[in-house]
Amino acid sequence: MSRRPLVRECPPTTWYFRQPRYLRYMSREITSIFIGAYCVLLVVGLQRLAAGPAAWEGFLTALKSPASIVFQFLCLVAAVYHAATWFNATQKAMPIQIGEDFVPGNLISGAHYAAWAVLSLVVLFLAGVF
Amino acid sequence: MTPLKERLVQLEVLRYNPDTDTEAHFQRYEVMCQEEWVVLDALNKIKADIDPTLNYRWSCHMAVCGSCGMMINGEPKLSCHAFLRSYEGVIRVEPLAHFPVERDLVTAPDDFMEKLKRIKPYIIPKEKKPISEGEYKQTPAQLMKFRQYSMCINCMLCYAACPQYGLTPDFIGPAALTLAHRYNLDSRDGGRKERQEVVATHEGVWECTFVGACSEVCPAHVDPASALQQMKITSSIDWIVEHLVPGGKS
Repeated sequence: MSRRPLVRECPPTTWYFRQPRYLRYMSREITSIFIGAYCVLLVVGLQRLAAGPAAWEGFLTALKSPASIVFQFLCLVAAVYHAATWFNATQKAMPIQIGEDFVPGNLISGAHYAAWAVLSLVVLFLAGVF
Repeated sequence: MTPLKERLVQLEVLRYNPDTDTEAHFQRYEVMCQEEWVVLDALNKIKADIDPTLNYRWSCHMAVCGSCGMMINGEPKLSCHAFLRSYEGVIRVEPLAHFPVERDLVTAPDDFMEKLKRIKPYIIPKEKKPISEGEYKQTPAQLMKFRQYSMCINCMLCYAACPQYGLTPDFIGPAALTLAHRYNLDSRDGGRKERQEVVATHEGVWECTFVGACSEVCPAHVDPASALQQMKITSSIDWIVEHLVPGGKS
């Protein structure tokens, strides 16, 4: 008897609707679009800064427009979501073994959150917020 | 003794007969089941009382052998580990996703078996020594380093959960790569360099995009996603040492 197995293709454009976990994965991937777009914004800002005071002032005014504020808010949400999922994943990628036991995963992720908070405070301090 | 509760369970099972069918189709069964039963029990009752032509694999009925993996309501599960009481309404049972269907719920594991061989899932001693010199010793701490990754039962649920494997069949995949990691971490093993020829490639760990579904569905709590991410780190360090450190060798 010859074999005639049935091949069922994975749908290339709709597979992520099959399970909520795939949608969560895709939502994390999509955050990179916002982060990439914000990086472009920063590069444009640098270019405006190099172009002189008038160009820089124009850039700052554009940043305060309602559309720009919505865009920056979306970028912030995407960056926080991306960072949180990344920190939660660190315990899988970087386990620490002491003797026969492993350091609890939430300590490893927690250390990343703590470092994030400290670095954010340093950035805010350097920006003159305090 | 209190009699066991019974309930009528409806199952929609994917059927495919390679001798007569060109496509698969669903067939619905209604079967009286005990409340404590698992999906595998319901399938066994169907096969015994209703339809002896139904095909599926199973062996141990205790989540050890890894034979009875199926998609149950779209989720890769061991059918001996999927309690009927966890489901409401019609339970849809399909063969494991991403594998060719041999017949009904039986899939062809050939691709996985071939990939498993490629990662050399056995100890390659650092230095071979004669039996007269005794065993290769290992401390409990050295054992714990890889123990979790040695618990794989080869059930292939992780392959059915991994969209990367479904989309890119060349991907070596979660279970095989995790076993490579298990042997790489073993203090008695010296075969990492040989395995890297498969592991540190596009079809190896770099095809993984860390969806993480493999770890969520693993019935043995092996956590393949963690093994693959750790291998990405060690493979990256290899690359840096080889290409950026003067005189460095991986």
